[in-house]
Amino acid sequence: MSHETRRILALHGGLLVLLLGLQFVLPAYHHGNLARIMVLASYAIGYNILFGYTGLLSLGHALFFAAGMYGMGLTIQHAGFSPAPALLAGLLAGVAVSAGLAVLALRTSGVAFMIVTLMFAQAGYLSILYFGEYTRGDEGFVIQTTQRMLWGIDLSDPTNRYLAALLLFSVCLGLSLWLVRAPFGRVLVAIRENEERVRMLGYDTHAHKLGAMIVSGTISALAGAVYGLLFGYAGASFASVQYSIFPLLWVLLGGAGTVLGPFLGTLFMFYLIDLSSGLTTAYMLIAGVALVVLTLFAPQGLAGELRRRLWGWLP
Amino acid sequence: MELGPYILLASLEGAVTAAVLALTAVGLALVFGVMRVVNIAHGEFFMLGAVIAWWVAQTVGGHPAIGFAAALVIAPLAVGAIAAAADMTILKRLDYDPERTIVATIGLLYILQQLTLMTYGPEARPVEAPFNQRIALPWIEHGDTGWQVIWPWGLGTTSYKLAVIGAAGVVLAGVWLMMARSRLGLVMRATQADRDMALAFGIPVERVYALVFGIGAALAALAAVLIVPIQQAHYLMGADPLLLSFIVVIIGGLGSLPGTVLAAVLIGLSDGIISVFFSPTLAKIIATLLVALVLVFRPEGLFGTRRT
Amino acid sequence: MTAAPLLSTRGLSKHFDGLQAVRDVDLDLAPGEVRALIGPNGAGKTTLVGMICGRIAPSAGRVTFDGADITALPAHKRIGLGMAYTFQITSVFPALPVRENLALAARRRLKGAAVQEAVRHALTRVGLPPDSAEQAAGNLSYGHQRLLELAMGLVQAPRLLILDEPTQGLSDSEIDGFKALIGELKGATTILLIEHNMSVVMDVADRVTVLNGGAVLAEGTPAEIHENAAVQAAYLGTG
Repeated sequence: MSHETRRILALHGGLLVLLLGLQFVLPAYHHGNLARIMVLASYAIGYNILFGYTGLLSLGHALFFAAGMYGMGLTIQHAGFSPAPALLAGLLAGVAVSAGLAVLALRTSGVAFMIVTLMFAQAGYLSILYFGEYTRGDEGFVIQTTQRMLWGIDLSDPTNRYLAALLLFSVCLGLSLWLVRAPFGRVLVAIRENEERVRMLGYDTHAHKLGAMIVSGTISALAGAVYGLLFGYAGASFASVQYSIFPLLWVLLGGAGTVLGPFLGTLFMFYLIDLSSGLTTAYMLIAGVALVVLTLFAPQGLAGELRRRLWGWLP
Repeated sequence: MELGPYILLASLEGAVTAAVLALTAVGLALVFGVMRVVNIAHGEFFMLGAVIAWWVAQTVGGHPAIGFAAALVIAPLAVGAIAAAADMTILKRLDYDPERTIVATIGLLYILQQLTLMTYGPEARPVEAPFNQRIALPWIEHGDTGWQVIWPWGLGTTSYKLAVIGAAGVVLAGVWLMMARSRLGLVMRATQADRDMALAFGIPVERVYALVFGIGAALAALAAVLIVPIQQAHYLMGADPLLLSFIVVIIGGLGSLPGTVLAAVLIGLSDGIISVFFSPTLAKIIATLLVALVLVFRPEGLFGTRRT
Repeated sequence: MTAAPLLSTRGLSKHFDGLQAVRDVDLDLAPGEVRALIGPNGAGKTTLVGMICGRIAPSAGRVTFDGADITALPAHKRIGLGMAYTFQITSVFPALPVRENLALAARRRLKGAAVQEAVRHALTRVGLPPDSAEQAAGNLSYGHQRLLELAMGLVQAPRLLILDEPTQGLSDSEIDGFKALIGELKGATTILLIEHNMSVVMDVADRVTVLNGGAVLAEGTPAEIHENAAVQAAYLGTG
């Protein structure tokens, strides 16, 4: 194993060990927050694969997050599924929706792509409201504690919930780390840098973008399914525009195109919004200011700047 | 009311929607046409127009017509100034890069919206119309004694609504005149056609951009002032106009002003009629899917020219 | 020509909105041949070559590669059949290190350790210093970026190498290195190069095709073309 690979594994593995250790020492409030952050960071990791690595800016990823959440939630609620098959249903819903959207949206590029993804996500959100009979619309529905027993483990218990969130995050982190260093991931980065050149090197760029979107959407859907299961609630707000803007914001802040960026961004933004919602109902102002400041002055984000100035080996 | 008169009523209401929508959408189209920038905060400029109109009417007091007239002048100017400032501080620094601009305008959307929430509050507040006479409308029916003119109860409009349609028409004609005939319009069209050449000819492109961005926002604000006596001013009222303007501009063909106006009329009228038959949520779903599919399969819209 | 041509075009044409860029071009490249494509600016050389490698769709005509009709084949599949194309305006990955630029080109064909070996080999072959491997491609001098462009073509070990003005921006010693490289490659690799530098054309080309106003004006050995009055009239050579 090369020196560089050892450093990378040490850094990322170290983070996971740290998060595991925090399980035992954090006070209840932060413990719950961190569980949420880890699941949302997994969503951000999914988003980063399409945005940070492939260079495609989607404004509709809430569609995938909600597909997973409702795929899981609806099968529990209406079909009496137990958690494990329900999670699988959420995952498959994610695959289907992301494949469908990819086939349509990838016929466009740039600004049109952003608008198309935004529109389809909006249609998804409105559909959840329209079919309120099954989805309970804006109100959403609670997933009972009894329905959240996975193989005898009560997922509503804070410790189990934290560890489940950590497991999801570890899987997503590991997956993204492997993907971006593998040949497929390298081609995605090259497509971001100069797509025409990649085509003329003999790569099917359309197939690569399709694959990237499906992987990205599926990871996002898995995060949505787990979020609904761990926190016992599925609601239309998770399909709204806000939840498409959030991963963009988290990834921009943490560092697009880095593996750790999504986690750093989610962590910071979560606490930033948490603090400001204590001060005012207009806490999204912080999100707005952050977006403007980041695009103007720090498009590389935290981990991106770190990589640019100090640690060039950071994946 | 019978179906016939009902559709006439829906069409009239739709015409008001179309008038306001046309103004708002033309603002968005102008910005995209000249600057190649998609402004996601456009709906918030609309909302600011309504909120400022309320504030002006409150402050000026007296007869509603005075307050309204003042708002009609002040709100678009104020919003235009805010927009121009945003362009000079933010968009210019991003060099109008399409993707970064969209992200920045999303941020701008939240800033404007949330600041309004903090100052104006979450309530919806009305503004009184300057004049508001009810006008009953006739309908022709085939009765026992041949064709008769009747006055169905409920079929009518107000003088204000007719005035809105008229005012929008006048402003749109003014915009067209400016673009086609005035020196400013010529400068704008030159900048749109070839930015670098315009620079080489000494046209102050950055100032033109700030002006265009300001005019686009002012048009939206003006539309909002016109509609606010009918609809109330609320900090979240920008979302629907944004979506509808997008639909109009994309279907009408990005960068084509006549196409935009035509699409606005089409969509404004059909929105009114469709809401008679379908639930508003379903109508919105159809509308959003329509925009997406048009972009996917016919990106030049219905009236734009295909770029090779 | 005794062996079947590796690349053939028949009646290849392209018009853009009223402008006829390429007019009815028939071309045959024998395997291992070095063909130079010359002509005044705007003669349609890059457009012709674009239709051969698949960047541009033809308005009419046919392209055949190794006996198979590839006219409808997308660009990336043609590259997969063994074509490589280097751009007239340098098109590398400026933010990525030189090493990664070449690795991307090599990975379509090779895996694992073979990739790094091919990268190192390509670097030395074009004459780029080995310590440039870690540099960001965008930080190289213009001439070195052209060489990187060339190396990216070589590392694909193509059967047909299409070079679009490869010596533009190179110093005299680099041009000599280029000529030597072509000399090594010919025979095993078929080469089609667009060139303005007449000394390069005279020294490396087996045959020369002259394009003017989108149509083939003349075709022959370098010596024949050099003497051709029509060519001289159409286009004053720089050599």
